[in-house]
Amino acid sequence: MDARIGIRNTKSVLFKSVIIFLAFVITIPLIIVLLYIIKQGVMQVNWHFLTNIPAPVGEAGGGISNALLGSFIIVVMSSIIAIPVGVLAGIYLSENAGTRLAYYSGLCVDILQGVPSIVVGIAVYFWVVKPLGTFSAVSGSIALSIMMLPIVIRSTEQTLLLLPDTLKEAALSLGVPYHRVILKVIVPCGFAGILSGIMLSVARIIGETAPLLFTAFGNPYLSTAITKPMETLPHLIYTYATSPYDDWHNLAWGASFILLMFVLLLNIFTKLITRKWNIQL
Amino acid sequence: MEHTVVSASKFNAWFGDNHAVKDVSISIEKNQVIAVMGPSGCGKTTFLRCINRMHELIPGATTKGSLKLYADDIYTMNPIYVRYKIGMVFQRPNPFPNLSIYDNVVAGYKLNGLKMAKADMDHIVEKSLTSAALWNEVKDSLHKKGTFLSGGQQQRLCIARAIAMEPEVILFDEPTSALDPISTSSVEQLFHELKEKYTLIIVTHNMQQAARVSDKTAFFYVGELVEFDDTKTMFTAPTDVRTQNYITGRFS
Repeated sequence: MDARIGIRNTKSVLFKSVIIFLAFVITIPLIIVLLYIIKQGVMQVNWHFLTNIPAPVGEAGGGISNALLGSFIIVVMSSIIAIPVGVLAGIYLSENAGTRLAYYSGLCVDILQGVPSIVVGIAVYFWVVKPLGTFSAVSGSIALSIMMLPIVIRSTEQTLLLLPDTLKEAALSLGVPYHRVILKVIVPCGFAGILSGIMLSVARIIGETAPLLFTAFGNPYLSTAITKPMETLPHLIYTYATSPYDDWHNLAWGASFILLMFVLLLNIFTKLITRKWNIQL
Repeated sequence: MEHTVVSASKFNAWFGDNHAVKDVSISIEKNQVIAVMGPSGCGKTTFLRCINRMHELIPGATTKGSLKLYADDIYTMNPIYVRYKIGMVFQRPNPFPNLSIYDNVVAGYKLNGLKMAKADMDHIVEKSLTSAALWNEVKDSLHKKGTFLSGGQQQRLCIARAIAMEPEVILFDEPTSALDPISTSSVEQLFHELKEKYTLIIVTHNMQQAARVSDKTAFFYVGELVEFDDTKTMFTAPTDVRTQNYITGRFS
């Protein structure tokens, strides 16, 4: 009997050590990637780097201001398209959970989430770029907004589903019309969750390259024209990292570092916001 | 009969195929406390929710028959107007978690976008909280969130929120079932004061509570209104055998 218990204890300890070991192992790739990018990139970053456009081959210096501005403009435009649609669709799904339309649109949202980003890029290429006859920041924004939608919709839906029905009843019983119940009670109560979904979706699209290859394309100059090609951080990294020049490789490392920091900060802010603005029910 | 506030005649309500309220006829007089009791699933809460048209918000819910507020048919009035006139307090305290105590009291005005001078609003807040016996406890923390209060205080805040709209009738759906005994007794005391100005209809599981607080009691059983009479008569000499069985605890 004692021997059996000994074996069982050993098995438990062994099992526990294996999961702890594996939990540790999965953090290693992340740490290596982070350290390597920091090591390669941090030396490139200075004020000059952030405020100048890339230098031609052979010239010293050069920066990524065109990509920073481009990424900013494109993310803002994508958000303007995706947030209203996404939040309203999320409200619909949570308010009408269980209906057939909600079921099928929810299914579509899941499928959309699974569509490879390059396919979204090709689709937008045929819908927008070809008819307009040129690559443009607008078409890039449309492609990225499609990538944002499923995340915004599902996070809004999940947040609002957690709110108790009694909250809605309280407002309705005061004679508040339905649209005001949604806008003044339901959305404010779920605000932290909705906002964190939006920020996560921004963190997701800021690094997307594939949909931009056929849409925003890229531009070596500083540009604010949204109907013309525009540079973005991931596209700049792609172009300069695959070039044969060391100067340009360094530029790509610097840009990777900036992009990585941005995504990290966005994730940290999201955590802080959810904690600070979360409403105690 | 000008004292009759709410009257139903041959009123029915359904959830899909489930006939929850059957041919209920009742007339409720002004400034009284009416207790509605009966076993679980007897249709008492459904009937209550029909009075301010909250029943119809559930998909598949339907009604038939007449239900009147004074001379007006509730089911031809605008539901928003009905709910201004007939306030409701729920089983679980449900203050708005995103609003302060102050804003919770005037939520009926603010959420409806009704504009009002600050002084008038202050006046309504103080008067409503005083009527709900909560003013002294919260007057120094009006701008804190309502959800920081205890359960009993939250429920009185919800009562203040209903009073602030100056309704004719206030419906209570098992208002004390989620509260501890001390909070329960403070809410019960309120009923006596509130009936000076309002008509109260209280659904309760608790027979002692019905006996303590109400002027008249209605007994519902399987969707029917079995008996409706003075509370004293109901608890001492009920006419119907089902009422008698319920009160003596032969079924629950």
